[in-house]
Amino acid sequence: MAGAPDRYRDLVNSSFGAPLVARLGLPRPAMLRRYHPGQPLLEGPLLLGAAGAVDSAVPRLAQLLAAAGADVHQTADVHEPAGGPRWAALVWDATGIVAPAEHAALRDFFVSTLRRLGPSGRIVVLGRRPDGADPVADAARQGLDGIVRSLAKELRAGATANLVQLSADAEPGSVEAALRFLLSARSAYVDGQVLAVGAGDSTAPADWQQPLAGKVAVVTGAARGIGAAIARVLARDGAQVVVADLPAVGDALAGIANEIGGTSLQLDIAGPESPEQLVDYLRQRHGGVDIVVHNAGITRDRLLANMRPELWDSVLAVNLESQLRINRALLDAAALRHGGRVVCLASTSGIAGNRGQTNYAASKAGVIGMVRSFAPAFAARQASINAVAPGFIDTEMTRSMPRATREVARRLNSLQQAGLPVDVAEAVAFLSQPAVGGVNGQVLRVCGQNLVGA
Amino acid sequence: MSIRRAAIVGGNRIPFARSNGPYAHASNQDMLTATLDGLAARFGLQDEVLGEVVAGAVLKHSRDFNLTRESVLGSSLSARTPAYDVQQACGTGLEAAVLVANKIALGQLDAGIAGGVDTTSDAPLALNDDLRGVLLEANRARSLPARLKALAGLRPGQLVPAAPRNSEPRTGLSMGEHQAITTHEWQISRQAQDELAVASHRNLAAGYDRGLFTDLVTPFLGLTRDSNLRPDADVEKLAKLAPAFGRELPDPTMTAGNSTPLTDGASAVLLASDEWAARRSLPVLAHLVDAETAAVDYVHGDRKQDGLLMAPVYALPRLLDRNKLTLQDFDFYEIHEAFAATVLATLKAWEDPDFCRDRLGRSEPLGAIDRGKLNVAGSSLAAGHPFAATGGRILATLAKLLHQKGSGRGLISICAAGGQGVVAIVEA
Repeated sequence: MAGAPDRYRDLVNSSFGAPLVARLGLPRPAMLRRYHPGQPLLEGPLLLGAAGAVDSAVPRLAQLLAAAGADVHQTADVHEPAGGPRWAALVWDATGIVAPAEHAALRDFFVSTLRRLGPSGRIVVLGRRPDGADPVADAARQGLDGIVRSLAKELRAGATANLVQLSADAEPGSVEAALRFLLSARSAYVDGQVLAVGAGDSTAPADWQQPLAGKVAVVTGAARGIGAAIARVLARDGAQVVVADLPAVGDALAGIANEIGGTSLQLDIAGPESPEQLVDYLRQRHGGVDIVVHNAGITRDRLLANMRPELWDSVLAVNLESQLRINRALLDAAALRHGGRVVCLASTSGIAGNRGQTNYAASKAGVIGMVRSFAPAFAARQASINAVAPGFIDTEMTRSMPRATREVARRLNSLQQAGLPVDVAEAVAFLSQPAVGGVNGQVLRVCGQNLVGA
Repeated sequence: MSIRRAAIVGGNRIPFARSNGPYAHASNQDMLTATLDGLAARFGLQDEVLGEVVAGAVLKHSRDFNLTRESVLGSSLSARTPAYDVQQACGTGLEAAVLVANKIALGQLDAGIAGGVDTTSDAPLALNDDLRGVLLEANRARSLPARLKALAGLRPGQLVPAAPRNSEPRTGLSMGEHQAITTHEWQISRQAQDELAVASHRNLAAGYDRGLFTDLVTPFLGLTRDSNLRPDADVEKLAKLAPAFGRELPDPTMTAGNSTPLTDGASAVLLASDEWAARRSLPVLAHLVDAETAAVDYVHGDRKQDGLLMAPVYALPRLLDRNKLTLQDFDFYEIHEAFAATVLATLKAWEDPDFCRDRLGRSEPLGAIDRGKLNVAGSSLAAGHPFAATGGRILATLAKLLHQKGSGRGLISICAAGGQGVVAIVEA
């Protein structure tokens, strides 16, 4: 479960190491703020600014942010006297822009505020999705993409910048949920990403502290690592969780189930009868399922020239074909209830490629293709299907890497550190929320903005 | 008062391990707790107050006087779940299930767990009886001189501890030696015993391969399958083994290959009323319908007809008559393989007209069974036999087999030390 300790990060954040590292100009990974129940949305005030010749796509944005628990200040307050509070978040609403020249307002907003962004600060930019109607407007909208990705690389001290891209029919409830996620500590390792929100089925939770209350979830590969973290976070957020994994790791699986008050299901998801067994189980024990997290995955790394057929086949069977078959079974058997959420674990290897991982990347890129292709069928049932693509996450698997390789890999992202399993779990839990039906067919990366394969 | 049938909801066991193997340092309480936890995880019983947990161990430390209750307290079940220990040698596990099922049938409980555990690795070693006598005498002494006088009885030889005996106190014979006499008297061939052993291994291995045990077993301490299981067992290999029991008898036939090894392990079965299971959307695999026990006078009785492990032979006809069934009315027969010869002698006795007339008082023998229905998922020869854990293993396996078949009836027969036996009927 635990990855190798990040001693370098700890040194950088110690009273002894901090000045030394600063003088040497070495990377300075921060201690990231992470979520715990009851935590305020932000530790300090939020500054909201807006630009645009036309109206915002998000009416009453300030009220919405205030309702989420933010101490919202408007643009007029920018020139506060020195010694004023450090901003915990900067939100720029660019949904009203129609020309690139309007980015000047954005520039002015950040020039005057960035230096006062606090540790683990949050920058969220809202923009409209380019729609092909007006080249000038689309150029301006697409420009936001470049701004946010570059800004994310400039930020320090655990701060992140992300873009929420709204289509014309974006579901307001999903926009709200996305803002709550990206502003909170739940998105600690989500950086430099574009989250597209469109139409979809959305139900606001009765209690944002328990957004998954009353939902039944199943998590595959849940005995350890990222899967165990996902199970814990879904249970924390109120879900009744079925944890599934291979019979051979059933003891660890039972431990997780008992820890979170869930149930254990020993199942080889790559087995020929597994989709049917899983569906039968969910129907008998729970009358169906609301959240399915396809987390189970294996690696069998070899250079392609040395790849043996069984290494290739097993990775494809577990990582991709099992997901395809189970998703098909869920749809065919109508076991996924109204408002169902399916979240599939992809990987940045499936986006950027990775030496020695042609088989793994084939499976993970395949997951992304599958999610995009399935999305309309899920939308037709008021459900959604998305992928989460973790970057370098500290797990038992990375613990076994050579130390030098691991240390280098950890720094190759904007946050200059590896993510934790819980960071992936928070993203999965976000996409599992009843309010997030407007996010469908998307890939959300949890990679600290990997510097390669953007 | 109405009687209701107790439902078998499911079971859990840890893989059984040969003695002094992977579980060498696990205590009975460790194993039973892990088994209860696996069951709780499977059925979402965390913090659940169950009616009762009933289990036991045959080899038990004196400190484990509340073994089952202590295991419940260490498990994820509610600490408000009562528990008690039972002990009926190898009948412990099934007897525990009968006790829970009867309380459910009478409406005294809605749900409970029956189980059993045994370790021959972490076996209790007691103080040498002579040393114990000296220490107790010294404790009773009221003056220092009297105490010193008592302690003067200490001798180096008293440091040798008393190990638990695998022999009958009244005969001094081990179980294997007793069975060897029965085997000889009933003329059970070596070939038939070895064939039964091979079938047990192959059937158990096939059960694992087809996923039968996926929701019946939870790994423990790195073990995922029973360590005694030899999927490639064959009669030729077994035929090479030297006799292990009855070597002073003519033509001894019992070997380590057709006898169960000393084993560590634990099992548990969740029993409930149908309503309790339905309220929780839990499955009902089968029902525990009825049970019967019997005992034989193996000390003074007939050398052939009152063998130590032959009590189930006598229990069964009473059970069949009460339920108006014949021996042939079953889809599965689970006859505990203490030794291959135990199973074969049991079957032979039921087929024997003279025995059935003289000792069971029946005009007709109980008859033969369809051997294709016997221990179809393997039994103790392959899985091993942690004494008190065997009943739970068999009951859960049989319930699952019946559930998979859709409907049907199964018979369980378990022999026990002290000349005892438990038989039971399970229906789906």
